[in-house]
Amino acid sequence: MTSALELRHVSKVYGSGPTEVHALGEINLSVERGELVAIMGPSGSGKSTLLTIAGSLEGATSGQVLVDGADLATVSRSDQARMRRRSIGYVFQDFNLLPGLTAVENVSLPLELDGVPSKAARATGLEAMEELGVADHADRYADELSGGERQRVAIARAIVGERGLLLADEPTGALDSLNGEAVMRLLRAATQRGVAGVVVTHEAQLASWADRVIFLRDGHVVDQTVAPPGPESLLTTGDRR
Amino acid sequence: MSVPHALLALLSEGPKYGLRLQNEFESRTGEVWPLNVGQVYTTLQRLERDGLVETDAGEGERSRKLYRITSTGDRELADWLRTPPDLLPPPRDELVIKVLVALEIPGTNIHEILQVHRRHVIEIMQRYTKVKAAAAEDDLPLALVADAELFRLEAIVRWLDAAEARLKQRPSLAPAAVADIPLEPTHPMEVSQ
Repeated sequence: MTSALELRHVSKVYGSGPTEVHALGEINLSVERGELVAIMGPSGSGKSTLLTIAGSLEGATSGQVLVDGADLATVSRSDQARMRRRSIGYVFQDFNLLPGLTAVENVSLPLELDGVPSKAARATGLEAMEELGVADHADRYADELSGGERQRVAIARAIVGERGLLLADEPTGALDSLNGEAVMRLLRAATQRGVAGVVVTHEAQLASWADRVIFLRDGHVVDQTVAPPGPESLLTTGDRR
Repeated sequence: MSVPHALLALLSEGPKYGLRLQNEFESRTGEVWPLNVGQVYTTLQRLERDGLVETDAGEGERSRKLYRITSTGDRELADWLRTPPDLLPPPRDELVIKVLVALEIPGTNIHEILQVHRRHVIEIMQRYTKVKAAAAEDDLPLALVADAELFRLEAIVRWLDAAEARLKQRPSLAPAAVADIPLEPTHPMEVSQ
């Protein structure tokens, strides 16, 4: 089966000579549809770089990035942009909603850019907003929404259409813990509906929503969690001290 | 967890039998704290002896006794709710001790040790998060208990992260420890797993 995302021997070097910085070294990573993977590491460990390369927002110095089996580096720039819009959804820390557009216009924008007629794009956008419980706010502008609502809209924009890969960089940003948890529940629900999700975070509680946690240090994968036993074992095995 | 006070709290809603107290205790603590019926009756006996609860019948089968809270019991419960738990002295933290010991052992890869514990704690957190994710939306006790564990475990991860950052800021710690090891050629086979 083709993975939704596969990184093969990906390295990233910034600058050259004495100012050379090795941001990522020899990263190998596969993420399947239906799986939520968290990438944890301290500041400067390369986790955001890994995400932007996975989303082909920047290129790797060496190695391959395959999205649904396709190597985006081998296609033309315009095809690359189109594939990116169709296959990959992004959620950023600061939501990145366009302030001059309404919520539903923000959500359906990727579809319109892709040539979907605006009426159909709006209908699909509303469906995504419905899933995230923010359809009521469709015609409000981004600055009229609370932080939690904005992030729901941003997630709706990331999953709108048939995207198979959802990439999130510190998606709970400055939200309080319950709103942050709500965002993670939504990301988890999206992956359970068949999307592959990668979330970058430095917070253990957020990472614990993932099926698998990958630890990054100085640009290298140093460790990852193994599939934990079911939660019921916490309650029945006398695990408590 | 104070079982006596939890039972007083349940009795403050009205008189109850021992078996019902056991069921309610378990359901209201998210079923995370199992309590056997023997424990319930032993505790009730002590509460009765101390005048905090009373029963209608003086003697007879324990399962037939209806327990009710007394006014002394009400006061005791109110006092207990407002008394901060004993947070001093700090508990002996096994993990802190392990890391402190590791610092003293020459040649120990402290970062690897920190990571082993970080991964382990996060794996436990994943399990509690699954509990929370699977819980019914209105199961407030379970959400509160899972939150408490998650925040406690998260604090451990944050401590491990801070320890790692501090070690990076003070590289002098590591060479001092390493200096004691006799210099030998490295054996790559030993580290490649």
